[in-house]
Amino acid sequence: MAGSIVDKLIYPFSRAARAERSGRQAAERALVRQTARNAGAPSVSVRDLSLSFGNVSVLEHLDLDVKDGEFLVLLGPSGCGKSTLLNCIAGLIDVADGQIFINGWNVTWEAPKDRHIGMVFQSYALYPQMSVRRNLSFGLRSARVPKDEIAKRIARTAEILQIEPLLDRKPSQLSGGQRQRVAIGRALVRDVDVFLFDEPLSNLDAKLRSELRVEIKRLHHKLANTMVYVTHDQIEAMTLADRIAVMKSGQIQQLGAPHEIYSHPVNRFVAGFIGSPPMNFLSGQLEPGEPLAFRMGDVRVPLDRYAFDERSEEMGGGDPAGSAGGAGGNAPRGVSRPGAPGGRCVLGVRPENVTIGADGSARPFSHEVEIEIVEPMGADTLVWTKLAGTNFAFLVDSETRLKIGEQITIGFDPGRASLFDEATGVRL
Amino acid sequence: MADTPSLEAAASRIPAVLRQLAGPRGPRPRPALSRRNILLYGTLIVLALYYLLPLYVMVVTSLKGMPEIRLGNIFSPPVEITFEPWVKAWSTACTGLNCDGLSRGFWNSVRITVPSVVLSIAIASVNGYALANWRFKGANVFFTILIVGSFIPYQVMIYPLVIILREIGLYGSLWGLVIVHSIFGMPILTLLFRNYFTSIPEELFRAARVDGAGFWGIYFKIMMPMSLPIFVVAVIIQTTGIWNDFLFGVIYTKPASYPMTVQLNNIVNSSQGVKEYNVNMAATILTGVVPLFVYFASGKLFVRGIAAGAVKG
Repeated sequence: MAGSIVDKLIYPFSRAARAERSGRQAAERALVRQTARNAGAPSVSVRDLSLSFGNVSVLEHLDLDVKDGEFLVLLGPSGCGKSTLLNCIAGLIDVADGQIFINGWNVTWEAPKDRHIGMVFQSYALYPQMSVRRNLSFGLRSARVPKDEIAKRIARTAEILQIEPLLDRKPSQLSGGQRQRVAIGRALVRDVDVFLFDEPLSNLDAKLRSELRVEIKRLHHKLANTMVYVTHDQIEAMTLADRIAVMKSGQIQQLGAPHEIYSHPVNRFVAGFIGSPPMNFLSGQLEPGEPLAFRMGDVRVPLDRYAFDERSEEMGGGDPAGSAGGAGGNAPRGVSRPGAPGGRCVLGVRPENVTIGADGSARPFSHEVEIEIVEPMGADTLVWTKLAGTNFAFLVDSETRLKIGEQITIGFDPGRASLFDEATGVRL
Repeated sequence: MADTPSLEAAASRIPAVLRQLAGPRGPRPRPALSRRNILLYGTLIVLALYYLLPLYVMVVTSLKGMPEIRLGNIFSPPVEITFEPWVKAWSTACTGLNCDGLSRGFWNSVRITVPSVVLSIAIASVNGYALANWRFKGANVFFTILIVGSFIPYQVMIYPLVIILREIGLYGSLWGLVIVHSIFGMPILTLLFRNYFTSIPEELFRAARVDGAGFWGIYFKIMMPMSLPIFVVAVIIQTTGIWNDFLFGVIYTKPASYPMTVQLNNIVNSSQGVKEYNVNMAATILTGVVPLFVYFASGKLFVRGIAAGAVKG
């Protein structure tokens, strides 16, 4: 029968066959996802990812796991590759090497729409000719979701984001904050596994930014979806993140909880990047003795309260010639072994950890300084002085009246400071 | 701060200071007949006359009868207004053997222009969209070839195109000419659309991809609705260009399907009988009416298109 042969030949291309294939894939996908969930596997997993534009390498052998339901912030200066990494996860940029998994499913070669992701862009990227309702439904219409289901989901999304009165307006009739809310709604309405935010608040003014920040946090709390959020704003990062990945030139410098990154930066870059006003860096050397001390000119900071990084502590403690050093270190070691007495190092002190007056002299370290410049910032005042010839800033309460040229005593607890090797910048 | 010494208090009795205090305030006066204005408007008026005078002569002459024209006062307005030359130019003027006036050429031109404009813009806009947003391998090479093609004088390609059209059996037909016009419009239109689509924020395109729209979905639902101004510009360029074309029309079609421009030439340059200047003028104006109309009509639409897109999204 010719008919049946023709049918067999045509069948693989027929609508029914396509539906069957996609159904089978969806079932397989659901199984993989369930397995991954049950096993507690990461929601987004980036393995050995490399990417370069021309000769410029943007990402190099990058590994990153985002736990299920986690709010992960990619933080770094512009050009560090954080947005590129996000675009790779979204599937908007092809990777040169490596794999990307979302809920256990290998999406490295999949189109953005098949990755179960929603993305929010810095410029909102709302379709200008469509009403808010059409903007929200665009993805669902593309996926041929039934009409009543679309209406239901839009109603739910609009309620969550409180944009019901705006549904029939055009994007040009909305304020910046409303636009960004709609942009978030566009991701929300599609019921995705992972939310990707690409600097969503950078185009807003300061007041709106802090409002929407709270709203995003509330949203995460409510939905408990995995969210990956790119920003260069450390306040956004600190307030929103479960974990922060600080990036620099295509590599993750430190991955950890906000407080850990703030109080225990692993290197000088992270220390300088996190914190506002930035950390003071004092360049000097380790003075041998018991206890060890940090010396810069006539300033001597005792380090008995400082918790050395486990690895370098034994090297710093005694045995200066013995250990070959650096085994398992995560950064290249300099010529002189770091942490050895007499080695050059940098002491980092946060301006907010410095106290003045009687309070200051009660600290393990205190010193007399002359005030050079006073910068009132509202809530508190930033004061600039010199410590052994280096600029040194600290914060005081805005009620404290200080005059330029005045001599005061400042002090801080070396236990809360950070010590870095000068050559490599690695924490000691 | 309240007791900042004021100018008034400091020198209230010195005349120079008082003059300054009582001096200019508010907008600076702009006299209508300044030297700058006279020079500017004078130049503009002279230039406008330079272009409008021939048009005036054409209109005036086309409304005169032949005896009045023979008096030789080309600038004088018609004593007896007659529309006879217009009627003759449109429906009875002879070109070769056909004596049905310009009307035949008009409809030929419409049949050539409309498909050419639609076809060339449809293809070029998709070209531009693909080149701007889907950076496929070899996109730059393709684009460079296209642009270089536009620098080659098209007289060079006339004969090869004649042969190609002859071989595929379209030589002499309207569709052959439509294809020729579409090909020659491709480089400039592609460049136009590519540049416009490049200026649309890329995040919009990315958002649409995340939302699951494909190549055509993004083109029809996102890019095209946002691009009305550039489509209008393309329509203006193509319509006027194709309507005013003479060379391709005379080469690639047969006398029965000559476009209006070719027919106009045949009417004006016919060497038999008296030269009917009034009919010639009327025929020329009739031929030029369509591009003029396109400019006026779409000019308004164009401004509106820009205004609609100007509200920053």
